[in-house]
Amino acid sequence: MSTAITAPAAVAANTPYERSAGFWTGVLRKLARDPVAIGAAIVLLLLVAMALFAPLLTPHDPYQASMLKRLKPIGFENYLLGTDELGRDMLSRLMVGARLSLFMGITPVLIAFVIGSGIGILAGYAGGLVNTLIMRTIDVLYAFPSVLLAIALSGALGAGIGNALLSLTIVFIPPIARVAESVTTQVRSRDYVEAARASGAEAFTIVRVHVLGNVLGPIFVYSTSLIAVSMILASGLSFLGLGVKPPEPEWGLMLNTLRTAIYTQPWVAALPGLMIFITSISFNLLSDSLRSAMDVKN
Amino acid sequence: MSIGISVEHIGADPHGDRGGPAQPLLTVKKLVKHFDLKKSFLETLNGGGKVVRAVDGVDFKVLKGETLGVVGESGCGKSTTARLLMHLIEPSAGEIVFNGETVGSPALPLREYRRQVQMVFQDSYSSLNPRLTIQDSIAFGPQVHGVPKREALTRARDLLARVGLEPSRFAERYPHELSGGQRQRVNIARALASEPRLVILDEAVSALDKSVEAQVLNLLMDLKDEFGLTYIFISHDLHVVRYISDRVMVMYLGKVAETGPAEALFERPLHPYTRALLSSMPSMDPDHRTEEAPLAGDPPNPIDPPPGCRFHTRCPHAEAVCAQQVPSLESENGREAACLIHEPGSGHSDARAAIYAA
Amino acid sequence: MSESHSNPTASPIVSVRDLRVTFTGGKKPVEAVNGVDLSVARGESVALIGESGSGKSVTLRSLLRLHPERRTRIDGRIDIAGHDVLALGSKALADYRGKVASMIFQEPLLALDPVYTVGAQIVESIRRHEAISKEDARKRALELFERVRIPSPERRLDAYPHEMSGGMRQRAMIALALACKPQVLLADEPTTALDATVQIQILLLLRELQRELGLAILFVTHDMGAAVEVADRFAVMYGGRIVEEGPTREVIRNPRHPYTLALMQARADGAMTKGARLASIPGSPPDLANLPVGCAFAERCAYAQPACLQTRPEAVAISPSHQVRCLRTDATVGAMDRNHDTAPDTLSPALAD
Repeated sequence: MSTAITAPAAVAANTPYERSAGFWTGVLRKLARDPVAIGAAIVLLLLVAMALFAPLLTPHDPYQASMLKRLKPIGFENYLLGTDELGRDMLSRLMVGARLSLFMGITPVLIAFVIGSGIGILAGYAGGLVNTLIMRTIDVLYAFPSVLLAIALSGALGAGIGNALLSLTIVFIPPIARVAESVTTQVRSRDYVEAARASGAEAFTIVRVHVLGNVLGPIFVYSTSLIAVSMILASGLSFLGLGVKPPEPEWGLMLNTLRTAIYTQPWVAALPGLMIFITSISFNLLSDSLRSAMDVKN
Repeated sequence: MSIGISVEHIGADPHGDRGGPAQPLLTVKKLVKHFDLKKSFLETLNGGGKVVRAVDGVDFKVLKGETLGVVGESGCGKSTTARLLMHLIEPSAGEIVFNGETVGSPALPLREYRRQVQMVFQDSYSSLNPRLTIQDSIAFGPQVHGVPKREALTRARDLLARVGLEPSRFAERYPHELSGGQRQRVNIARALASEPRLVILDEAVSALDKSVEAQVLNLLMDLKDEFGLTYIFISHDLHVVRYISDRVMVMYLGKVAETGPAEALFERPLHPYTRALLSSMPSMDPDHRTEEAPLAGDPPNPIDPPPGCRFHTRCPHAEAVCAQQVPSLESENGREAACLIHEPGSGHSDARAAIYAA
Repeated sequence: MSESHSNPTASPIVSVRDLRVTFTGGKKPVEAVNGVDLSVARGESVALIGESGSGKSVTLRSLLRLHPERRTRIDGRIDIAGHDVLALGSKALADYRGKVASMIFQEPLLALDPVYTVGAQIVESIRRHEAISKEDARKRALELFERVRIPSPERRLDAYPHEMSGGMRQRAMIALALACKPQVLLADEPTTALDATVQIQILLLLRELQRELGLAILFVTHDMGAAVEVADRFAVMYGGRIVEEGPTREVIRNPRHPYTLALMQARADGAMTKGARLASIPGSPPDLANLPVGCAFAERCAYAQPACLQTRPEAVAISPSHQVRCLRTDATVGAMDRNHDTAPDTLSPALAD
């Protein structure tokens, strides 16, 4: 108790402040100590770099077909990963395909993250009738299995990259909004939100200062785990001819066109699937690590 | 508006005090809060369904500069009352008058009332935003009321120093890096940041260890003198309430059982419930341990409170009339008790005859 | 009151020797208990008193080996009614729990199974330990409910835990704990979550059970008042050790460890003069992952001297039954009787908050 009366502010203001690391610095530091997170991040960075620099890196023209060199095995001549059913270089097509595949995986989730969080936070913070109206509407969409919903929407909108993106975005809004709503409802009942209300702050200020910081993290973590789903769904749409059109290289589409070769060149045919698998598992591992790094208590 | 201007001319008190020391700072009239239980579909249709009578017609006053202790068991409505006073939940009925003005009236809008009344919660961790530094949490309230950020932060650091946390060590820390006692000091500083007149302490020291509790109680006493505060101190710990309070209010099942000056109430309780509550306190004397529990069973459920006097089901002095007649809060010599024994002419055999009967 | 309980050496039913419990799950090992010696005689009740992090609950849970085995290291020796608890195999441990020693918890709603009626849980517990028919077991359960004074016991046996009030649930849990006629009852803050008027009922019930069934009770609490109502002896814990131990009367009237003394003086009912400041203990309890070499209380202690920072004090006998682990017991003679008003507000020379 003896310190209670001392330390006038003028003195205190001049002494250097003992600064705790900010929240995100702490998260980054914890991630840096997590070998799984580092591994997943490196893989994803390599994939992104590969996608960005694909035109400079490709050993062959990804669109150059050759009837003579169809379905060659891995390591054939200078085709490191063999060739596809039209004799195009698999390695080049996989590299260029990463661009569309990653784009189709990340973009719908990103848009859905913004819209879904907004809807969910509104419903969660407002509560009552507003909540019921929003969440029951969301539930209607949520009742459809996501694959079916994506196919149905794409089918109705027509084939094409833009429509595929739109339908995937619509598919991801309900789950993100649901998570946002439940996290917001939890945070809203915390005493610090009560205390902020008790200090006379407007709802908007409370959401900005006290709610957003505590809910966006968990929603973001959940959303990153959807990127893998989005890639697989996008691939599925392409596979069904509803997304990317040939001859554009995209992993899902490649998997589709190569399926006839599964008995003649199984390894080559499996390559696009392998890429989808590696990417989605990396996103999942990274989001898991992010979740535990964001837990303040450990 | 003319009233506002004339007060500014008097202008001696920065808080804009009215009515002088004799007028209560806070007057609560017939405050009621009923919570609906989850209804079935049918009950919603025919308008039925049960309600929890958490607070069921509560009247009390808080005088300027005093500490009003509020005690009672679970379900008595003391925490609901606190949240009603803060307008964190809407009352079902009743009126709250602060400094002579009805809360929510044009003369005292809710926002201005909330600057003058602050609250400290029991759970020191849950009451601080984990993503904000200590000083940002404290500075939030003043900023809401238009204090510039720099000034609000300076005020926050001054308050940190005042509650015994060296600003240079603590201002930029996060809540999880502090101990429970330190966090509760931060919460107290946060409550004081908007320069309130009334602070509601809802079980504010209950979660602390005894050795830390004493530090925080001392701090609360010092701050009260220094800032001229008025406290409503809610606790289940009778020792602490007796120590810190000037007056005490005892609640039972959503109603006031008794109020009175702390010493008088503890020395000579009027209401049978108060008496039972006090003799339930462990004795602290190994040679005179409690031999018999003053009450049997648990407090009844506030969903379906007993008719008449709510305490009659457990009261050793209950008579048939207690189950029918609701006792009113009778006032005498600054003490009030809601018991038919103290209500002249009530029909209870121990009550005095009605002298002033018409 | 009888003095028969005050001699702990006469055939202790619980004997703990140099108990050390270390949690190894986290980054740094946490020494929650380091060097606890404790005995409880048959039919005696002992209160283990301390603040959060003092090691009182950890000690109690060790007696039933309730800690996760992989992340806990337990050293020392625990003997309860002839069982070497730390050496029991898993089958023997299951027999021992409930039959020799059983435990009641702070929150019965968490300790009772929500999907079975309370009666069914008691019947199951009896039949796990004894070859007995369902009907007989139910008869025993009914007797137990009467024993713990549950009104209309017949009906309440068929109630689910959530259908009972807090006090009733605590009684039901005591009945469950007594189902297999244990000799030792371990109670972990059994009245902390209860209302004042209910708490005293449960305390009196525990006292009655101790007397009539000859139970040995080890009662963990942070509430001195509750402990006085139940315990024959006090053991005060701080920083994972018992710092003072003795008959209730002696510890309350004549506390000799500075920590016990400060706790007594910091009680709001200790300073009865209105407006008088409470004697507070500065600082906060020690970090168990980082215990000092010397006495764990030294940096908060009003009587601390340089020597206190060097060594962990051994037990000093104040009387044959009253022991204190402190180097400065000479300075605390009669300290409890000195006037509160002259006691320094700040007890410590240096605050290390």
